[in-house]
Amino acid sequence: MCRLFALSSRDPVSPMRAIEALNVMKEGHDGSGVGLFLSDLGGPFGEMKDAPILSGIFTDEGLNCLDAYMGERGFVTRKTLVLEPRTKAPLGTPLRGTYMARAYEMPADLKAKSKAEQELAFMLMRVELRRMGEAAENIRVFSFWPDTIMIKEVGDPMAIGEYLGLDRPELDCRRILAQGRQNTNYAINLYACHPFFLQGVCTMTNGENTAFVPIREYLLSRGFPGYMGYQSDSEVFAHIMHYTINRLQFGIEYYKHIITPLSDTEMEAHADRALLARIKQTCRKLIIDGPNCVIGCLPDKTMFMVQDRKKLRPGVVGGKPGIFAFSSEICGLDAAIPDRDQNADFQPMHLDTAIVRPQCQEVTICNQLQSLPRPH
Amino acid sequence: MQSAAVITPSTLSVNDLPWQIEWDKDTCTLCGRCTAVCPVSAIELGVHRKRTVEATPALAKKPTNSYSIYHGIRQRTDPAYHCIGCAMCNMVCPNNAIAPRLRPEATTLKFHNNRGGAARTRGGRRNDGGSLLDQIKFIRISMLTDPALDAGRHEFNLRTLLGRIQPPEEGLAALADNAWVPAVREIYPLMIGSMSFGALSPNMWEGLVMGVTYLNEEMGMPVRMCTGEGGCPPRLLRSRFLKYMILQVASGYFGWDEIIKALPDMKEDPCAIEIKYGQGAKPGDGGLLMWYKVNKLIAAIRGVPMGVSLPSPPTHQTQYSIEESVAKMIQSMSMAWGFRVPVYPKISGTTTSTAVLNNLVRNPYAAGLAIDGEDGGTGAAYNVSMNHMGHPIATNLRDCYENLVISGKQNEIPLIAGGGIGKNGNLAANAAALIMLGASAVQSGKYIMQAAAGCLGSEHDRCNVCNIGVCPKGITSQDPRLYRRLDPEKVAERLVDVFLSFDTELRKIVAPLGRSTSLPIGMSDGLGISDYHVAERLKIKYVV
Repeated sequence: MCRLFALSSRDPVSPMRAIEALNVMKEGHDGSGVGLFLSDLGGPFGEMKDAPILSGIFTDEGLNCLDAYMGERGFVTRKTLVLEPRTKAPLGTPLRGTYMARAYEMPADLKAKSKAEQELAFMLMRVELRRMGEAAENIRVFSFWPDTIMIKEVGDPMAIGEYLGLDRPELDCRRILAQGRQNTNYAINLYACHPFFLQGVCTMTNGENTAFVPIREYLLSRGFPGYMGYQSDSEVFAHIMHYTINRLQFGIEYYKHIITPLSDTEMEAHADRALLARIKQTCRKLIIDGPNCVIGCLPDKTMFMVQDRKKLRPGVVGGKPGIFAFSSEICGLDAAIPDRDQNADFQPMHLDTAIVRPQCQEVTICNQLQSLPRPH
Repeated sequence: MQSAAVITPSTLSVNDLPWQIEWDKDTCTLCGRCTAVCPVSAIELGVHRKRTVEATPALAKKPTNSYSIYHGIRQRTDPAYHCIGCAMCNMVCPNNAIAPRLRPEATTLKFHNNRGGAARTRGGRRNDGGSLLDQIKFIRISMLTDPALDAGRHEFNLRTLLGRIQPPEEGLAALADNAWVPAVREIYPLMIGSMSFGALSPNMWEGLVMGVTYLNEEMGMPVRMCTGEGGCPPRLLRSRFLKYMILQVASGYFGWDEIIKALPDMKEDPCAIEIKYGQGAKPGDGGLLMWYKVNKLIAAIRGVPMGVSLPSPPTHQTQYSIEESVAKMIQSMSMAWGFRVPVYPKISGTTTSTAVLNNLVRNPYAAGLAIDGEDGGTGAAYNVSMNHMGHPIATNLRDCYENLVISGKQNEIPLIAGGGIGKNGNLAANAAALIMLGASAVQSGKYIMQAAAGCLGSEHDRCNVCNIGVCPKGITSQDPRLYRRLDPEKVAERLVDVFLSFDTELRKIVAPLGRSTSLPIGMSDGLGISDYHVAERLKIKYVV
């Protein structure tokens, strides 16, 4: 089973804090891999918030291809962070090449375009680079987005953390998603490793999604080029969230109504029953069938946790003003934020969405039986 | 030696007949119930003369003959009166002295059932026991990567949607603008397939409607039943129970005068309107109610004279193009109920079904597509149509679903699959397999007749006399002497039993697959089969 840990902090913290939390939950995962999403960066990247950052792993040949590709499109490097290995590669971790995060200066014509057009361009470039490198495995890209770095590798999270030196100050950030396991339900593939990122939306999931195939087919047929990949059944959770906020223009409070709608009886008493019934009907193909705990981060840096309809997976949220964490297990929370009020820890149940806004002041619980904010 | 009787090409012996009567002289009480009950007069009183030669050992005395007469049963060998294997003789025999036995190797009758140049007509099914659906296994069992669900205790939502579902963006915008949205019904995924009032006896129909009502109102299961082409009893049209009915209109428009007349008095809208363009049992052929069954009541409901055969044309008279006429018919039907009722076509399985579907996708009023595979049943059809015409449901459905997936419309137009579901008794397994291949719902008629009313039909050409109104169980007869055998209350009880056990079995299938919150429509990764080519064709797993 995967173990998940996420942090939302007012001040930048080291990703190692999340890796350590994963380490104390080691009994619950097989230490077969790690995936990290780092956003709202401190350090030098934090000073170039608008610059898209490309994260990935490149062979020398891949780097040449990348430079040619970016050069052709007028993107100029602003800053490069190479994660030089500090130890011998851990057992089972292959030597893949350069682990890199590189911030770019956009070309003038793209700068002049709207934010939506820029975001579409970043996504299309990431997908194209991913496709370019797939056959020769010389380019692996996980994200191309402002203020965001992603790292994925096979191996024990702690060992990988030390190997890649994830305690370096350039990686300090305010939002961290960390997952401790290579996806073993399907073929071993770095693209199958959580968290999954699409245009600022990032999620990771504990548990297998039994409705994966119909959901994948539905997303693939939406005609949006970012809905691709699906080496893991969990990738669809990120894309459903993307669909919810980008295509349907709904807020986080609606996500759970899409993936785990209320029963008809529960809906009857709901203030927004007409809207909820329409959502349940039209988004029926996006209903998940658990057992899943989903933790994620939205483009506005709001972080959340939701459970499946039967609440079949563990998950807890807790912290103190200034720093909150979402964790598969309480011991992970204890390791990361020992000095919090444990009585205020909350384990979201089958109707809850636990939300921590970027200000990190409190955990807001949105229950599906509550009335909803109007869509904007 | 007696001279032989005249032998004509169609003179058959008992051994030429597939169903042969075995009769035991010692246990027979000569009560005559078997000959009275036989629906096709295949057996008659036999007065048998018996000669006994009495000879002493070593022929000490000249042998003598004694002659005796005994009474019993004689099986008729005239092809017009061949035994149909219904075994009603056995059912009424107090001593179990008589029973028909199937001799599949006796095939001569097949060559002589066209007397007078009339090709064989019959009711029933395709008479082929093979079932691809029975071979499909459910192989994705949740255990450790995700926990299995508890079929008995977890919450399950096994409902489906019938009607045109808008894409999310459009549906939500319509709600915001208070605009018209297509009618959508949430129904149970097992529907009772179209069997008309006329094809079925009044008692059978009453029993089904009572059972459906009980399931809806007492058990909370939104089960729906399609009327078939034959109208609907006027009182039902004007009752609140109409909402459980799907009214069918077909090329003969039988019964639609009464339906249109009842429109102003309707208390409820019907669940849906099914426009029948084709039927799996006799593709390319219209409906057929033979004259035997057109009595006063049926004639009144259908608006026709009594005692005439009622063949519906193979196609709707107004139809000349799918683009225009089907769209018009869907719109006309929608308009009759103020666009509050889903209207969908039903076609027989055919290689052209994807063309029909693609057209419906472009028609915003089309509420679904029902496809009836070659294993569908019928009350009356030509034998050749039943046995040789049509398309198997599995690939037809799969092709259509995949077409919808390519166009991104898989949530918008429900596919309803029918034809051969539960033909060997595996109703829930067959239904679940079709749902996971892409069906939103399944339709079944024959299984319901067999399980709820005791229909004797089988895949071995047993009984199959639904067409001539002599149904020995009173299910498809319009003769009160026959249909009084069928107690509508008992039919209703059995129907409820069937649906409740189906529901349990369906949960027993989906729970181990880790599915409970929505019907696993299109969850093809859960299916496997040990036939490589089938697996490739259906895009499911090949497992051995």
